Amino acid sequence: MTIDAPVRPQAPPATPEAPATSGRPGPFGKAIPRREDLRLAAGDGRYLDDLGHEALAAAFLRSPHAHARIIDIDITDALGVDGLVAIYTYEDLDGRVAEPLPLLIPHPALHAPRTNYPLANGVVNHVGEAVAMVVATDRYIAEDAVERIRVQWEPLPAVVGLPAAFAAEHAVHPDVPDNVAAHMVQSVGEAHAAIDAAPYTMELALHVERSASMPLEGKGVYARWDADDRSLRMYSSTQTSTSVRFAIAAKLGIPVDRVEVVTPDVGGGFGVKIMHPWPEEVLVPWAAIRLGREVKWVEDRREHFISSAHERAQEHTVRVGFDADGRILGLDVRFLHDNGAYTPYGIIVPIISSTQLLGPYKLGSYRVEFHSLYTNTVLVTPYRGAGRAHGCFVMERVMDAIADHRGLDRAVVRERNMIQPDEMPYDQGLIFQDGRPLIYDTGDFPASLHKALALVDWSGFAAVRDAARAEGRSVGIGLATYVEGTGVGPYEGAHVRVETSGDVVVATGLTTQGQGHETVFAQIAAQELGVPIERVTVTTGDTRRFKYGVGTFASRSAVMSGNAVAAAARKVRAKALRLAAAALAADESELELADGEIVVRGFSSSDGLPGPRIALATVAVLANPLRYAFDEEAQRATQFSGQMGATPAGDGPPVAEGEEPGLEATGWYSPIRSTFANGVHACVVETDPETAEIKVLRYCVVHDCGTIINPMIVEGQVHGGVAQGVGGALYERIVYDESGQLVNASFMDFLMPYASEVPRVETDHLTSPSPLNPLGVKGVGEAGIIPGHAVIASAVEDAEGFRIDRMPISPSELWELRRRHAAGEVPSLRRASSLQPGSSLREEPA
Amino acid sequence: MSEPTHEVKLTVNGVPHSVSVPARRLLSDCLRHDVGLTGTHVGCEHGVCGACTVLLDGEPVRSCLLFAVTVDGQSVTTMEGCRSAEGGLGPVQRAFMECHGLQCGFCTPGFVTTITAFLRDNSDPTEEEAREAIGGNLCRCTGYQNIVASVLRAAEILREGAVE
Repeated sequence: MTIDAPVRPQAPPATPEAPATSGRPGPFGKAIPRREDLRLAAGDGRYLDDLGHEALAAAFLRSPHAHARIIDIDITDALGVDGLVAIYTYEDLDGRVAEPLPLLIPHPALHAPRTNYPLANGVVNHVGEAVAMVVATDRYIAEDAVERIRVQWEPLPAVVGLPAAFAAEHAVHPDVPDNVAAHMVQSVGEAHAAIDAAPYTMELALHVERSASMPLEGKGVYARWDADDRSLRMYSSTQTSTSVRFAIAAKLGIPVDRVEVVTPDVGGGFGVKIMHPWPEEVLVPWAAIRLGREVKWVEDRREHFISSAHERAQEHTVRVGFDADGRILGLDVRFLHDNGAYTPYGIIVPIISSTQLLGPYKLGSYRVEFHSLYTNTVLVTPYRGAGRAHGCFVMERVMDAIADHRGLDRAVVRERNMIQPDEMPYDQGLIFQDGRPLIYDTGDFPASLHKALALVDWSGFAAVRDAARAEGRSVGIGLATYVEGTGVGPYEGAHVRVETSGDVVVATGLTTQGQGHETVFAQIAAQELGVPIERVTVTTGDTRRFKYGVGTFASRSAVMSGNAVAAAARKVRAKALRLAAAALAADESELELADGEIVVRGFSSSDGLPGPRIALATVAVLANPLRYAFDEEAQRATQFSGQMGATPAGDGPPVAEGEEPGLEATGWYSPIRSTFANGVHACVVETDPETAEIKVLRYCVVHDCGTIINPMIVEGQVHGGVAQGVGGALYERIVYDESGQLVNASFMDFLMPYASEVPRVETDHLTSPSPLNPLGVKGVGEAGIIPGHAVIASAVEDAEGFRIDRMPISPSELWELRRRHAAGEVPSLRRASSLQPGSSLREEPA
Repeated sequence: MSEPTHEVKLTVNGVPHSVSVPARRLLSDCLRHDVGLTGTHVGCEHGVCGACTVLLDGEPVRSCLLFAVTVDGQSVTTMEGCRSAEGGLGPVQRAFMECHGLQCGFCTPGFVTTITAFLRDNSDPTEEEAREAIGGNLCRCTGYQNIVASVLRAAEILREGAVE
């Protein structure tokens, strides 16, 4: 299908509301230590496998074939295993559990969606697909039984890799003979004509290989069915407990109010746990109900490799037309996206690639077309940076190529193509992943660039290169920019309640996998309510506490739940002031809330003056008119105390018209569209002349995520993202052989970086508040990872003097490129001669 | 037929325990599920990530690579044993909190035990030595920079404690 640039009214001008921080002291914006660390750093966290010690254990028989028919499953040998409780195959599934898993995000361009069954229904489409579920008294015994199940297979031809998928000699799904799940085109202007008319044109082939989120804790599910109460409680190591709840209630045919989903502490997600419901999330509670017993499944590392989602594999063909100054006149990108065997998460990743590819640049015209293809491999869903890392790689490779073609400085070419701050908000004319227009809200891209150039000392690098050359060393410098759509909707909510003790409890629907939500949301609530942060506790991802929400992904938590917490807290604050005004016989406008009490302005404790005051705790007591006291404090709210409610005793109802009992409120935030963060990375690499080993010597990050709630946590997010970006650029890749076996399914072979591989990250930042939300915040979760491929490719290319067009790059691949370069098979960069000793980069004034 | 079990005596964080386990029971599973100390985490079960690191008679070992029966009579220190005497954060744990050395916290136990043993032998490490000391543990969240800082800060806390 084709979506042409829609005609839309211009976005409203940027008129940010004053952020919560203005004028009031408080914890908002401060680098305060994380409150969850008191638990997590003490070894007192509660992760999925720390729960349910008495539960039965589940293990899965998984397909050893990439593509095969199941002729027969023989469980006879397994039945003799002592401690075995149950074995289930597809034939045992009933009701909606026997149907394919849901298509989570349908899209008109996804014309041939396919999702898997919880257990394979006669055919398997990737190594690792679940075929049988065993439940036993412990995991060791369950695995014993799995080993004794005999399956008779009829192997089918496996489709592996994008070229094979596109050639479609064989099909993954027989009813999708061309292997094309989706085909989509978006365009702005007439790119083909603009390129044809451009003074200069170029074509590039740019590839990114498959990788994976790889959290240190795998997935896990633990379910308890209360047969008497007819209710299910389920724990899952997920990025979305609210959505899992709805999905499981629907699958199992249980009223949603009888299902509770709790996300305990989660050992990392990075995207893979936003996919849901996983087969195990359906089957574990289903088995718990059938057996009337608690059942738990904890994914082991090999299972995670072969049955949890991957990402990143895309092959791009680019045509660009540009002028003598390096300005892009037209860009045409066609790419193939490997979506694996199934498409439950839709085509979000290639849509993000298509749109975020543009980065901070305004192109004369742009056309992007992708085919999303089935392969007999693990399904593909977002991994941190989802689609953006590949898009950024493509755009930034194009920038470097244009610079080289025109003999221009790489930074100069970037700046010439950048959207200027006075052009904000800027409409790119495309539809983003939230179904809304791709309109950048704020940002000063040239300023970000210049900060990064200063941080890395771009202009001083020629001397660094010369000095290194003099020692026989080879170094290169790289540059990459990005724009990141963050805070995608549709919404999040939060509930804030002041207890009669004065403690504040906050709950929000989305989940936490290490982002410090217990701290940042507490900072927001404490700021809004004028209470010490120590009095605030935050619960995330527990549907007993908050039922509605979407999930944690796309750098959205601070934006979405942060603003929802602020909205709820502001309602509570307003209510507290109303009640206090009545109790103090004062006007609301005279009151202020600080240090856990409401005082008449000018009489706060810091003023040292005695005056009318009421503790927030007392207001909480008065907010809930009582007939029965449960403690001494509560006696003040009973009917003969004379203090009850917002209205003095005698006239009006105890709960005033329009009020509700309790000092609590629910707030919501639902954005009209995403808010866009941006940044620039620059790095210096050294390449070993003998071994082709690549070492990152310096890594500089400048980022702009709007108003910052906790700079320590923001820095931490950037550091972690960079580590994954460096890993993705130099070490990590998921490798399938031609028969569809995942050949590096262990930490011995999937090379995540250790401390020795990750450079120290030097950071600087800008603050361009978002006008789209009251706090002015933008997301930062993916800022560190997005330009990883791009910036390291840029630096390696600079060190080597020939083009780098696929990532990741290993020493052996670089060595091979050197050999081919020496043999004349790989051309030199045009500027290669200037990279020699004693010369500087040629530069043109901007 | 039920699987034969073996009596294993362990001293965990100074407390004697006696457990009855099959020969194949991993030390990590024994500590977590038989002794009930879930501060030790299991990230890969093939000895690479280091999340399950505990101190066996004071030396760091991967508890996912050991059978519980092979450590009969020995002394084990886990993440819980790195807490302060009062049960709050111990010196290394406190340093992690102060330096934002953890995010999801899943790998943290292996780092804390490893660093505890390292600082016992090297009380004033350089930054390079600190980085080297944690070179066998995987963290997917932090990028290690703040863990290196945590090592240095923990050394400082321990030295201050020694002076007091």
